[in-house]
Amino acid sequence: MQEKYDVAIVGAGPAGISAACVLADNGINAVVFERGEFPGAKNISGGVLYGHDLARIIPDFSQKNCPIERNIVESRIWYLSRDGGYSVSYRDKAFESQRRYNVFTVGRAKFDRWFADQASQKGALVVCGTVVTDLLRDENGRVTGVRTDRPDGDLNAKVVLLADGINSPLAAKTGFRQEPSPSHVALAVKEVIDLPEEVIDQRFNISSGNGVTIEILGSITSGMNGVAVIYTNRKSLSLCIGANLADFATKKIKPYEMLEIFKTHPMAAPLIKGGKPAEYMAHWLAEAGFENIPKLYGNGYLIAGDSGMLFNTLHREGSNMAMVSGAFAAQTIIDAIRKNDFSRSSLKNYESRLQNSFIFDDLKKYRRFNPFLAHHPEIFTSLPEAMGFAAREMLTVDGTPKKKKQKKIWKNLRKNHSLSALLRLMWDGYRSV
Amino acid sequence: MGASIEDKLFLDRFNVHETSHLKIIDGAVCIDDCEQQLCLYICPANVYRLEHNRISINYEGCLECGSCRIGCPHLNIEWKFPTGGYGVRHKFG
Repeated sequence: MQEKYDVAIVGAGPAGISAACVLADNGINAVVFERGEFPGAKNISGGVLYGHDLARIIPDFSQKNCPIERNIVESRIWYLSRDGGYSVSYRDKAFESQRRYNVFTVGRAKFDRWFADQASQKGALVVCGTVVTDLLRDENGRVTGVRTDRPDGDLNAKVVLLADGINSPLAAKTGFRQEPSPSHVALAVKEVIDLPEEVIDQRFNISSGNGVTIEILGSITSGMNGVAVIYTNRKSLSLCIGANLADFATKKIKPYEMLEIFKTHPMAAPLIKGGKPAEYMAHWLAEAGFENIPKLYGNGYLIAGDSGMLFNTLHREGSNMAMVSGAFAAQTIIDAIRKNDFSRSSLKNYESRLQNSFIFDDLKKYRRFNPFLAHHPEIFTSLPEAMGFAAREMLTVDGTPKKKKQKKIWKNLRKNHSLSALLRLMWDGYRSV
Repeated sequence: MGASIEDKLFLDRFNVHETSHLKIIDGAVCIDDCEQQLCLYICPANVYRLEHNRISINYEGCLECGSCRIGCPHLNIEWKFPTGGYGVRHKFG
């Protein structure tokens, strides 16, 4: 490849495409390399996306045939024991009207393709079916371009944006980000289950076009530190379940077998009944925490999105951080082009932009959340069973005086949890959020 | 028990390259030195199988998550992305 581009972007996901859009809007020629056959071919998330952050890039996205599955009007949280579970939920009319499309579901194979089309229309070049295998560097170690697996595949650029996602052999090879240790990622599997649109409307008690998200904790992850979700799409449900990779290694539980057990849980089974499995996928989620975010810029390069481990586990926010960090990287690049200075000190503004935004604020605020879950395995083992026991006892009408039932519940809880352990759990939980 | 992993992978679309993007660096390590053989458990696509006293790689069904690469106790797996345009191709994502 002979031409010289100002900016080379690795990866056509939300981070890379957001950057490409902002750069194209400012008349800067950027090329995006995507290893999939089309943008989105390799991409997957639980499926929730955020309108506020997408609108920063494409203000009128809902009028541009954006492939939205369902507008989320209700969020549920389940805490499950083996045979039952607690559910809390919140639904609000505002999410149907003035806050419509603040949160919505997408299928990433369709959404990312649409998003990349928007970037192309603005003038960015998106090159698919191309793996970036290495970075070009000058004698001082400054990044000067990318090496791809195409014939004659070297391309020079003034600056390179690494937006290649959490699984990045490129980062590991070049040393720009350390290879994560198993305890720093969660491995999640996802199954898409097809169901008729009206059946989904009925089962979730929603009107057409609206949807529900369910976030799930408890014994469903076989005692491992993990989480499951059920999200509504237009004509399908997304079921995801995952756990810390180090826990998978210790327990030797197979991810797909855990998914099958999840599908038989009495809370989940009625929702997916009669559905037809349509696709099965796997992906990592960043769990390294704020302290382990890599250096996100250096001489001639920047890192955005999942590639920089920007993920908020508690609020399942990642795609928004990818879009916003991608846009911040692009703004930093625009400044650097004006100064014609692509050194580390010139790109340092990227970090200030992240620091002054919700991204670093939230990641800092919740830095104790992942350690909290890791240090309290009872959340996934004995506690959901004890809480299930409590509710089952109280809700069974059998002539036993309530006081006696309460004693029984307390005794059962104390069997596996000392009073100090329970207080520690509450204190650590309070501090982590 | 519900659907097997074979049933699940059958739902997916793959553009299979003729050469594997996954390689065991030293096969003897897996058999002689690796007691845990975690690849047999953690891979969400059951790519690694113990067959006739060696670990076989069914790279055709790889979902490209990277877990085997960092989960192998001996870091004995050479892991590259499939050649551009090859490998798993999501329909819904």
